[in-house]
Amino acid sequence: MTGSQLQPRIELVDVAKTFPTEAGDMAAVRGVSLRIAAGEVFGIIGESGAGKSTLVRLINLLERPSSGRVIVDGEDATKLSPEGLRGLRRRIGMIFQHFNLLSSRTVAQNIAFPLELEGRLSKAQIRARVDELLGRVGLTDHAGQYPAQLSGGQKQRVGIARALACGPSVLLCDEATSALDPETTDQVLELLAELNRDLGLTIVLITHEMDVVRQVCDRVAVLERGLVVEQGEVVDVFLDAEHPATRRLLREDAADGAPEPAPGVRTVRLTYRGAAAYAPFLSRIAQETGVDFSLHAGRVARIKGEAFGQLTLSLSGRNVVPALAAFEAAGVRVREVTR
Amino acid sequence: MSALFANVEWPGIAQAMLETLAMLIGSLVLTVALGLPLGVLLFLTDKGQMFARPGLNRLLAFVVNVLRSVPFIILLILMIPVTLTMMGTSLGVRGAIPPLVVGAAPFFARLVETALREVDRGVVEAVQAMGAKPRQIILGALLPEALPGIIAGVTVTAIALVSYTAMAGVVGAGGLGDLAVRFGYQRFQTDVMVVTVVLLLILVQILQTVGDRLVAHFSHR
Repeated sequence: MTGSQLQPRIELVDVAKTFPTEAGDMAAVRGVSLRIAAGEVFGIIGESGAGKSTLVRLINLLERPSSGRVIVDGEDATKLSPEGLRGLRRRIGMIFQHFNLLSSRTVAQNIAFPLELEGRLSKAQIRARVDELLGRVGLTDHAGQYPAQLSGGQKQRVGIARALACGPSVLLCDEATSALDPETTDQVLELLAELNRDLGLTIVLITHEMDVVRQVCDRVAVLERGLVVEQGEVVDVFLDAEHPATRRLLREDAADGAPEPAPGVRTVRLTYRGAAAYAPFLSRIAQETGVDFSLHAGRVARIKGEAFGQLTLSLSGRNVVPALAAFEAAGVRVREVTR
Repeated sequence: MSALFANVEWPGIAQAMLETLAMLIGSLVLTVALGLPLGVLLFLTDKGQMFARPGLNRLLAFVVNVLRSVPFIILLILMIPVTLTMMGTSLGVRGAIPPLVVGAAPFFARLVETALREVDRGVVEAVQAMGAKPRQIILGALLPEALPGIIAGVTVTAIALVSYTAMAGVVGAGGLGDLAVRFGYQRFQTDVMVVTVVLLLILVQILQTVGDRLVAHFSHR
C-alpha cells in the first residue's frame, strides 16, 4: 500500500520549525515536504537531534510550524480554529517513548480519558469501548492496575489503547519502542502492524533504529539536520542506501568489504529479492559463463516479510561482462562498488 | 494528678483547644481556597507554560514574596486595621483568621506551584494531543497528577498554621498559644505551659500522620 499518487492522508508542504534560543534561532526542521498515504506505515528515521520529534509534533500541531503547510485529509491544520484543531487531534492518536500515562488513573481510566474529554459517549458506552480496547491490546486482566504496576511493554499497550480510543485514522509513534527491550519491541511492532492491517490505520513512526523501519514500514524518509535526505520504499532505501546519513544508520560501509581495485577485476554488489532470493542464480551463471568470483560480504534477511539478499563479490577471468548481463536477466540488481 | 497540675484549669484548656482548632480549620479552609488558585495561576502564567504571561507572573510572584518575607508576628500587627474593617473585630478567633490566611496562603501557593511543576510535561503533552481543552488539561490531568504533592503541601501548611495560631495568641486571638503565654510564661505556671505544648505536639502529630496517609492513598507512582 504505497499509493502516494492518491490524495495523501497527511501532506507536509515545505514545513519548517525554528526555535528561539539564547544563542540565536535554532532550525529543528528546515523545509520538509512529505506525502503520507492513507493506510500506509511511514517511517521517519534519523539520528538524535535530526529533528524527528519536532517533525512528528508538527503533524498534530503540538508544535506550530514557523512556515509551510500541514494538510491532514485535505484540510490545512494551521488554519483551524482551536475547536477545529481539537477535533483534528481526536482523529490523530499519539504514543510516546515514555508512554506518558496518567499515574493517578488506572489502566481502564487511562484508556477512558480521551473518551471522557470528548464527551460524546455515555458512561456505559465508554465502559464497553474500554473493554473492547483492553481486549485488543491484551490487557483485560490489568484493567484495575495503575501504570506504575505495569512493565514497559504493558504501559505502551495502554498507550496504544488510549490512542485508539476515539477511533483515529492516524497514529503517530514518537520513538514508541526505544525504551523497550528487543523482545517487547517486536511484540509492540507486531501489534502496530496488526492495527494497520485490521483497521487500515495510517501510522507515522519515528525512530533511530533501522530494524524498526525494516520490520513494519512501507516507506521511509531519512532525516538529517532537519532535512529529508533520502526517501522511498523501505526495500529500496534499505538495499541501495545512497546518502551517507542512511548508510550510517544502516551501519554500512560504503565499500562493504570490497578489496583493492585490480586490473581485470570488477567488484559489484548484487541485490535480489522476492522469487530471485530463492533461485540458485549464482552457481548457475558461474557455470554458464565460466566467470570466477570471490565473495566479500553478504546478507540475507526479510523486510516486512519479503526475502532479500545482498552480496558483494569480485568477478574476474573471462566473461565478466556477459556474467553481469546474466545477473540482470535473472532479476538481480547489479551495482559497481568502488572503494 | 491535681498536685502535679495545680494551676491547670481543665475546662479552660478545653476551651483554648477548641479555639485553636477553630482558628486552624477556618484559616486552613480559606488558605486552600485562596492559595490553590493562586498557585495554579503562578504555574500557568510562567514562561513556557500554557498561559505564559511574564508580566502577570512577575507581579504575582512579587506579591507572594513580599507577603512571605514579612515575619508573621509583624503581619499580625500590620493586619489589625484590615481585620477590623473586614471582621468588625481584631480579637478572638474571628480576628485571627484574616492574618492567618494572608500569612499562609502565599506559602501554600508556592507549594502548589512546586507540586504542579513535578507533573511530567510529557503527560500534559499527551493530554493535549488527545484534543483536550485547557480547562480539561488543568482539572483532568494537572491537578489530579499533582494531588499527592498538593496534599503534602496542605499538611505542611496546616502545621505551620498551628504555630501561627500560637503566635496569634499574642494579639488576643485566644487558643492554646494565648494560654501558654499568659499563664505559662507571664505567671510562671510551668504546668500550664507543659500541658499546652503537649497538646500542640499531639495536634501536629495527628496532622502529619493523617497527611502522610492521604498522600500514600492518592499516590500511585
